[in-house]
Amino acid sequence: MDLYEYQAKDAFARHGVPTQSGEVVHTPAAAKAAAENIGGLVVVKAQVKTGGRGKAGGVKLAKDPQEAYDRAHDILGLDIKGHIVHQVLINPAADIAEEYYVSFLLDRANRTFLAMASKEGGMEIEQLAVERPEALAKVPVDAIVGVDRAKAEEIVDAAGFDDSVREGVINVLITLWDVFVKEDATLVEVNPLVKTPTGEVVALDGKVSLDDNAGFRHPEHEALVDFTETDPLELRAKEKDLNYVKLSGSVGVIGNGAGLVMSTLDVVAYAGEEFGGQKPANFLDIGGGASAEIMADGLEIILSDAEVKAVLVNVFGGITACDAVANGIVQALELLTAKGEAATLPLVVRLDGNNADLGRQILLDAANPLVELVDTMDGAARRVAELAAQGA
Amino acid sequence: MAIFLTEDSKILVQGITGSEGTKHTIRMLGSHANIVAGVTPGKGGQTVTAEGRDIPVFGSCSDAVAATGADVSVVFVPPRFAKAAVVEAVDAGIPLVVVITEGIPVHDTASFYQYAADSGTTRIVGPNCPGLISPGKSNAGIIPGTITKAGRIGLVSKSGTLTYQMMYELRDLGFSSAVGIGGDPVIGTTHIDCLAAFEADPETDAIVMIGEIGGDAEERAAAYIAEHVTKPIVGYVAGFTAPEGKTMGHAGAIVSGSSGTAQAKKEALEAVGVKVGKTPSETARLMREIITGPQA
Repeated sequence: MDLYEYQAKDAFARHGVPTQSGEVVHTPAAAKAAAENIGGLVVVKAQVKTGGRGKAGGVKLAKDPQEAYDRAHDILGLDIKGHIVHQVLINPAADIAEEYYVSFLLDRANRTFLAMASKEGGMEIEQLAVERPEALAKVPVDAIVGVDRAKAEEIVDAAGFDDSVREGVINVLITLWDVFVKEDATLVEVNPLVKTPTGEVVALDGKVSLDDNAGFRHPEHEALVDFTETDPLELRAKEKDLNYVKLSGSVGVIGNGAGLVMSTLDVVAYAGEEFGGQKPANFLDIGGGASAEIMADGLEIILSDAEVKAVLVNVFGGITACDAVANGIVQALELLTAKGEAATLPLVVRLDGNNADLGRQILLDAANPLVELVDTMDGAARRVAELAAQGA
Repeated sequence: MAIFLTEDSKILVQGITGSEGTKHTIRMLGSHANIVAGVTPGKGGQTVTAEGRDIPVFGSCSDAVAATGADVSVVFVPPRFAKAAVVEAVDAGIPLVVVITEGIPVHDTASFYQYAADSGTTRIVGPNCPGLISPGKSNAGIIPGTITKAGRIGLVSKSGTLTYQMMYELRDLGFSSAVGIGGDPVIGTTHIDCLAAFEADPETDAIVMIGEIGGDAEERAAAYIAEHVTKPIVGYVAGFTAPEGKTMGHAGAIVSGSSGTAQAKKEALEAVGVKVGKTPSETARLMREIITGPQA
């Protein structure tokens, strides 16, 4: 889960990273009130989970409360790379002498953590990494040892920070590492980290990504979740613990195992090219144990997607054998009928693996006119694409 | 010979008294695994009876190793206890630890991976993986033993069900070993580790490598193949149609910006002579051609 800037700064403050206090508001009037509270020059910042806010007009200075009202009015509702601005952060405008960059992140290739730091902050770090890689220091961090004072000094030396900010940056690195570990983050980034005219080192912006797998030890992270940008179908799927991602096509897809479902999406898209560009409507992985209930929940979500014209169930019977999956499908269709939500769209089913013959026989015996069996994954994808094209 | 896991492997199951642990202990025993011990803290002295065998349960890995000489551990413990379980297995000096558990926080994985690497004695496979099987010899994990038979193809994959699919499509040819390395951002054994082992294995003639979106493991594997692998390889990459920024099931399967795309991985593999199938079936056909010559 990515955090908003204001949530990231809250986390910074909790762990002692010097940052600014501010107010998050949802209306121009509240922005005006916040500017009055803060006093003096303020900055109005769009809260969206994407980069490039400044260029998109999402960050503006305001010299007085009325201007804060006007700027908030401009920014609220703005579309920044597909993200609509619903809230703005009002911060005191900082005097900036210099801008830096620091971050900690997961280094997948080396299976450890990485510190990155630069004296040249403020710009997009991807751009800096490409244009002036020598200006961006990268220092591996041992997952067990972490960032102690010695490691922080190593990072500061590698990036060549000036002596005047050395202690300040070391302090930021040590406290920022606390955020990284104690919040179970996969990324913490400060860009820019600034030096004020009085020599203080302060985090003016913050980006934090939290590890969803660590939710069990962070009940407080629940409160940070914001569903305003989540697709309503994804939200319903989440409530049912389904691993569902909404896409934009016409072919509903259910499968077991993340890799197989990803592969199914590809195969459907290839087959769809023959039938007017039919595409997968979703990713849905029902996992290893495909019970009737999970199958019913999954079908219900997919069938309530108005864009879906046909559904492909692609299951490889491994631990859960195909006869169990077939029974799941039959019962799921009965469950939906009993709930008054009877399926009306064609269902192409491909079963392979353990007890595949048994599973196919169960579906044949059930003789539901909506269900069509196809033996191979490629053949099933072609058939479902054809049906989706007919239904469009 | 197979890789990592042979008929001589003595397996212990961590979390054997849990429902998953017990279920898969039975399944592994049914596919040639020599399971010698179980470990569940606080339950030492108990016995788990499965497939007509009484498997002794120990309170710790070190007790289990001392009593049975176990040299492989399969970990089924829940995410919150997984790190402690792996550390315990490393401390007991177990050379191969297969972590099946899904949903382990990445800070925990990075930490136990580092711990194992520092030990110099333990290879980790996983986490969030189906484990590995050397058909007809042994089985450490949850890969169904009935899909395929012993043969001379090696397989390495991030994905469980795609592994099963590929093993099934090539079941008449059979496999020396199949390793599911897992779909998490940090994993103990990589494509490269498996490619190196298959290259060195006299019982493996050709290799199937299955990747998916996210990270750059496939690109790094391609660079390794160019330098170090002489055996024929066919590849498959899942996730061509995955949109940017959406995690597809596996925590590691996400396209961010221009990195981690299936297209880039396919191109990197093809550039070093790996034949990459467009679908699992086509990939299987490419492998069949290598083993048995061009098909009619």
